[in-house]
Amino acid sequence: MSTSVTFDRATRIYPGSDSPAVDALELEIAEGEFLVLVGPSGCGKSTSLRMLAGLEDVTSGRILIGDRDITHLRPKDRDIAMVFQNYALYPHMSVAENMGFALKIAGVSKSDIDARVLEAARILDLEPYLGRKPKALSGGQRQRVAMGRAIVRQPQVFCMDEPLSNLDAKLRVSTRTQIASLQRRLDITTVYVTHDQVEAMTMGDRVAVLKDGLLQQVDTPLGLYDKPKNAFVAGFIGSPAMNLGTFRVEDGQALIGEARVPLPRSTVGALTTDRVQLGFRPEALVPSSAEDAASFPVEALVIEELGSDAFLYGNLIGDDLRADHVVARVAPRSVPAKGTKVWFSIEPGRLHAFDVETGDALPTD
Amino acid sequence: MTRLLPAGALDPADTTGATASDVRPGRVRGREDRSRLASIALHGTLVLATLVALFPVLWILLSSFKPANRIQTSEITLIDSPTLDNYRAVLFDTPFPTWFLNSVVVAAFTMVIGITMSATAGYALSRFNFAGKRGLMWVFLITQMFPVAILIVPIYTIMANAGLINTKASLIIAYCTVAVPFCAWMLRGYFDTIPQELDEAAALDGLGPFGTFYRVILPLARPGLAVTAFYTFLTAWGEVAYAIAFMQTRDNLTLGAGLQQFVPQFNPQWHLLTAGSVLILIPAAIVFFFAQKHLVAGLTAGGTKG
Repeated sequence: MSTSVTFDRATRIYPGSDSPAVDALELEIAEGEFLVLVGPSGCGKSTSLRMLAGLEDVTSGRILIGDRDITHLRPKDRDIAMVFQNYALYPHMSVAENMGFALKIAGVSKSDIDARVLEAARILDLEPYLGRKPKALSGGQRQRVAMGRAIVRQPQVFCMDEPLSNLDAKLRVSTRTQIASLQRRLDITTVYVTHDQVEAMTMGDRVAVLKDGLLQQVDTPLGLYDKPKNAFVAGFIGSPAMNLGTFRVEDGQALIGEARVPLPRSTVGALTTDRVQLGFRPEALVPSSAEDAASFPVEALVIEELGSDAFLYGNLIGDDLRADHVVARVAPRSVPAKGTKVWFSIEPGRLHAFDVETGDALPTD
Repeated sequence: MTRLLPAGALDPADTTGATASDVRPGRVRGREDRSRLASIALHGTLVLATLVALFPVLWILLSSFKPANRIQTSEITLIDSPTLDNYRAVLFDTPFPTWFLNSVVVAAFTMVIGITMSATAGYALSRFNFAGKRGLMWVFLITQMFPVAILIVPIYTIMANAGLINTKASLIIAYCTVAVPFCAWMLRGYFDTIPQELDEAAALDGLGPFGTFYRVILPLARPGLAVTAFYTFLTAWGEVAYAIAFMQTRDNLTLGAGLQQFVPQFNPQWHLLTAGSVLILIPAAIVFFFAQKHLVAGLTAGGTKG
């Protein structure tokens, strides 16, 4: 039943606005794929999803489900089920009625509806609550009813608009895995919107990063993590975020604080100015000593001990300081004291370089 | 002011002129602190206001049980040889039952048509963007600014041209012109409180705009509909001016206009008026009884979060 979804230069310009909320989005989502749309608020991720669901007009371009052009179809003719951020359950209907409502409208027989609702309720552990009204449920249960309403339909595509953002942190983590495994089991193409990059990384087969209505990069979670196409993606994906700073370049070496970090020849060759934006992940920083010319001192301001990990937040010390804060992963349970000066160097091959003007990634091979 | 201050301390940054006692914790005046005199004055005022409001109704109720010749006397009595003669006379010797039936028909149709029109209009105003939306809302507001006295003549002319004078339809239409603009505004406000995501969920579940309105929004708007139903009913039930102007035969009158027939300038028959007035209260009370059952809060609770 599962089908692919294609955004073909789909654009949405809100009436009275000049700049598009979604600008020529080109995206192919394979059959049964779990694609996550992620980005900061106002990046157009929800608008893209709502365009797919038919809740938002498409100004130009096309959207296809399989080979079917659904750009201008009404929502009900698209065979899509959606899970809303605030669940949007019908308050006057019981859980069972909520879940079976779409089938009832489609004219499915009562016994079929009951069977499918019961099956979905079994999958989602909702059997004891089928007769209750939404207001008698907890937040997590409501979220599951919203999921149930979607899966009962057996649609071609699931649309999920930040379905976990109203749950508390602990429930969010467990529901996250439940949704991901449910999706694998049902094998239904899913488009999932979130602003939380951890959700994006953990749930998606592929992740699409949007900013200001423009698609920045689509790749697997690790692809985004290891090979960000630009500085925005680099800074957005990963927690704690990648360290990004602009540094002066002299003789093929970047001046990071007191350190002179040699840049790969390909990077230097691609530079257009004497400055470069460098990125290095917290775990790419390795403890070093003052003797190493490529190492730089960091003044430890805050140490976060997480048990399995520890992160050091500090200031780069040096005259030509352009990175505000530096985060480094350090060995847990033997962390440096606050205020001490710690020397780090960047693990070879784990340095990212970006153009200062455009933010585009520069080659680092 | 959210800063915590030591008891009795003056906030140095406070320039609003508050005195120390205003910010001292533990000096909040509860209802127990009200002085006895203030309490008496307050309750006295409330009792007086209640009496003023209830007196006319009560007086009519009491008078309706008095013999006809005892209603207008100089001595004030509350109960004076009670009898049901007035009711018997109104019900069997006057066209009151016909008027009553006329009123029921007119009020029922006004209620049904008025609610249908104002609910659909209110929903459209709440959810859809269409050309002339702002203009329509202005029209709804402005039409409410004209008093009935001004409207009677033009509406009479329209009804006369349409050949509707002396029909119930003329009254139903006229009452709807009064009730619909107000109710549409009110229901629009009510629909605005129902989350738009419910409409969207319904659209994805396969409902068209009308299905969404009828099966999802209307059940949730019950309190708003109950209030508008009661309002439209009352608009038609007790109305006098239009009824007198449009209805030309005695048998076509509605209650408000009919009761006036009992008290002409000369020889008013107060015993018929009082009994009729009490009877006319009953249906209004019944409608209110059914309407108030729907005035429940929290109908949309639990549907959405955040």
